[in-house]
Amino acid sequence: MKRSAVELWVGLFVVAGLASLGVLAFKVGNLSSSDIRDAYKVTARFDNIGGLSVKAPVTLAGVRIGRVSDIRIDSEDYRAIVELSIRPDFDNLPLDTSAAILTQGLLGAQYVGVEPGGEEEYLKDGDEIELTQSAVVLEQMLGQFLYGQAGGSE
Amino acid sequence: MKALQGLGGWTLDGVQRWGRATLFLSHALIGIPKIIGRFNLVVKQIYAVGVLTLVIIVVSGLFVGMVLGLQGYNTLVDFGAESSLGLVVALSLTRELGPVLTALLFAGRAGSALTAEIGLMKATEQLAAMEMMAVDPIDRVVAPRFLAGFLSMPLLAALFTTVGVWGGHLVGVGVLGVDSGQYWSAMQDGVDVYDDVLNGVVKSVVFGFVVTWIAVFEGYDATPTSEGVSRATTRTVVNASLAVLGLDFVLTSLMFD
Repeated sequence: MKRSAVELWVGLFVVAGLASLGVLAFKVGNLSSSDIRDAYKVTARFDNIGGLSVKAPVTLAGVRIGRVSDIRIDSEDYRAIVELSIRPDFDNLPLDTSAAILTQGLLGAQYVGVEPGGEEEYLKDGDEIELTQSAVVLEQMLGQFLYGQAGGSE
Repeated sequence: MKALQGLGGWTLDGVQRWGRATLFLSHALIGIPKIIGRFNLVVKQIYAVGVLTLVIIVVSGLFVGMVLGLQGYNTLVDFGAESSLGLVVALSLTRELGPVLTALLFAGRAGSALTAEIGLMKATEQLAAMEMMAVDPIDRVVAPRFLAGFLSMPLLAALFTTVGVWGGHLVGVGVLGVDSGQYWSAMQDGVDVYDDVLNGVVKSVVFGFVVTWIAVFEGYDATPTSEGVSRATTRTVVNASLAVLGLDFVLTSLMFD
């Protein structure tokens, strides 16, 4: 085959390969969604996070505004510290915003729902959400319910 | 006594082969900067190992993606989770199937060709003729092929994965009726550029290095007879496939803890 044709094919191959790397990064991966670039981070403490995991969505009124970027334990008071990365365009959450760990459907994956408060000032990077509501652990609730039933029938 | 001697001889042979392979690798790596000025040698080899492997990679990627779409859907639909189909397809392809299957196909299609070519060059004394003309055969023949294999592998793996994701979309959305938006959004929610895509690319770079190394070394080290070349070609495919699968386990346990 002529040299120019070989070079043309190799050029096409390299372009196609690099283009598919781009597709993997932007279309398949999350490089295009702004919640990893310049997201601001706030923390919230929970007594029990249930089955919450890193990368779980953070929603406001059901709309996804960020995701859980880190979960760790505070060794002083044994509570869980959940770090939320919130998209920069939702920078007007009031200081007294509350966060709750909710479940999608009855047995679905868990996520963090935030409910805005009424303060004039807004949460910024590094702030902590003070008002939190822990995950509902279904087994505990069932146990309490059954125990309550048994006690009532006596 | 005989058996013990056999074991000793086998061990010595093995260690010698490893030594030769390592010396050969360092020689080839030193040779790579020398071919920068003559990049057309590399372009020709990228055509041979990369472009000519393209068809089998694209066709396999498409079918693997379509099968993943079908199997994933059948499993997920039992849990009412068919909206996660895109995530299942994309994660299995970026993390595992893309780099591994591409490396296996690459070993079969390009690696065996490299071994046979270099082995025949040796059998027909072309390499010896080069040395007679004071041309270093490792610099002139091996280094361009090595670089070409090393550069082509990640691009081929990326193409495989992309075509696979598209194949999963074709079956999942086109045939089985998963929502197209859910397919892509579940994928983007769950696939991390650094944890998943970049680690997949790192894997494919490592596999490209190892497969090309084995292929050119087996060719260069082949017994210069027609039987020796045929044995070397077989060894390339077998050893490269085993190396890819073994290394994949090691890399996976390092990357995704």
